[in-house]
Amino acid sequence: MVDITRPTHTKTSRSEAIAFVLMVGFFMVAPAFIYPVFLMKMLCFALFACAFNLLIGYVGLLSFGHALYFGWASYLTAHSAKVWGFPPELAILTGAATAALFGLVAGSLAIRRQGIYFAMITLALAQMMFFFALQAKFTGGEDGIQAVPRGWLFGFINLQDQTNMYITVLVIFLAGFLLIYRIINSPFGEVLKAIRENEARAISLGYKTERYKLVAFVLSATLAGVAGGTKAIVLQIASLTDVNWPMSGEVVLMALVGGLGTVFGPVVGAFVIIAMQNYLAQVGTWVTVIQGVVFVICVLLFRRGIVGELANLLRIKL
Amino acid sequence: MSEIILETEDLTKDFAGFVAVNGVNLRVARGTIHALIGPNGAGKTTCFNLLTKFLQPTRGRIVYKGQDITKLAPADVARLGVVRSFQISAVFPHLTVIENVRIALQRQRGGSFDFWRSKSVLEPLNERALALIDDVGLADVAHVTAVELPYGRKRALEIATTLALDPEMLLLDEPTAGMGHEDINRIAALIKRVAADRTVLMVEHNLSVVENLCHRITVLTRGRVLAEGDYATVSNNPEVREAYMGVGHA
Repeated sequence: MVDITRPTHTKTSRSEAIAFVLMVGFFMVAPAFIYPVFLMKMLCFALFACAFNLLIGYVGLLSFGHALYFGWASYLTAHSAKVWGFPPELAILTGAATAALFGLVAGSLAIRRQGIYFAMITLALAQMMFFFALQAKFTGGEDGIQAVPRGWLFGFINLQDQTNMYITVLVIFLAGFLLIYRIINSPFGEVLKAIRENEARAISLGYKTERYKLVAFVLSATLAGVAGGTKAIVLQIASLTDVNWPMSGEVVLMALVGGLGTVFGPVVGAFVIIAMQNYLAQVGTWVTVIQGVVFVICVLLFRRGIVGELANLLRIKL
Repeated sequence: MSEIILETEDLTKDFAGFVAVNGVNLRVARGTIHALIGPNGAGKTTCFNLLTKFLQPTRGRIVYKGQDITKLAPADVARLGVVRSFQISAVFPHLTVIENVRIALQRQRGGSFDFWRSKSVLEPLNERALALIDDVGLADVAHVTAVELPYGRKRALEIATTLALDPEMLLLDEPTAGMGHEDINRIAALIKRVAADRTVLMVEHNLSVVENLCHRITVLTRGRVLAEGDYATVSNNPEVREAYMGVGHA
């Protein structure tokens, strides 16, 4: 009876705070021994995976079309920076707004269905927009949009400078990560978890669950868009790869390997998958096979994902 | 007879040719505990789903406190004060007991779309949540994850969550199903207590619970109302004895 008034939220946040400090620390020193462009690419994918995890991990919605938001945001960011001459911050916002708009449309259609049907609708819509990207003139088709200028952030920070670019990407990632953390620990997030746990019960308590799911979908799409836009600025290219369905599958893999419904899992998952692609590039097409094997091992041996298993082992929340 | 709080007219649900609920006229008086009984497949749960709008009726009207609610969405019915439970225990399994109850209390805030705010703004609700939890005898497990509770205590948690909305009318779908004697008595006492200033409509198979608790009983078979009245009237009705209790019961 002693700790009965213990507030529910302080119980587990210490482990998360420590992990966060470790993560920030890692990203501060990492450029000293890991190639910065690779790290920046990894940070973009980490944010993408975190945005995806907001849906699958906290609302229980499996979107199989998140490449739509990631890829189209990178196109609009690239186009607005290169053709319209937008500064990078405005270009990324343009990309994010595009993703938000697509998220609103695709989300309103998809949330009417559950489970596999939801996944199929998101995939179908994403594929529709993939073919549009393939045919449209401004996307450059197979060539993509190349030589995207990094420009000057807020008019005075030169992003051609690798350190400036790295710090910018790190700040964007951390801001996105913290926003997601806040979302899942907000009154809104409490309702999301209730919907994930038992949607019929949430409805019977008077929650209009479709609206909550739609808001979550749009938030997830927008943050995926921020990630895609940032990637276009960093790598100075927007291409079909980012908007095609294997990208939607890859983000599922990242979240799964890292740990669905864990805060840090998608970051670890993105790191593992991107590192694998990068360091196994020599073996060519075998990368896909190895990825497949990793996926199978994950599902069979550690279903909670790397971070999920670790948290379970140490009996902490991560 | 006292004032009618919930009424249906010709309530019918046709599942592609199979008529699960067929022209049911139900009248529930305010302040009573009203039981809906009948053999398996009689349409009791379908009736509940229609009343709470989890299913859309094929035909008929539902009137709650003089308002036609036939076309409302399920969440809106809940907002009017008609809150249901489910046959399968409906808790949020991976949330703690206090979090379960707090989700319901959170409804007082109106919409909870504020994703930018910390959930610490919900802390003022904890006191009321703990009071509700204590009321159903779960104070010792307030911070335990719901999935770890035994069945009977999950049902108690479900009732605490329902009561957190302070509903005028409770619809309980087999509240004592799958429970041992001790739990049944505890839940029955709890229902009696909360029904003091509320109306309860319940589906129940346990006839001794029905006898002790319910003021009025409606018997359904094959989607139709077979009989209605108090326990003595209904249990002496020969048709009911044949359809529901079987010959062996006499």
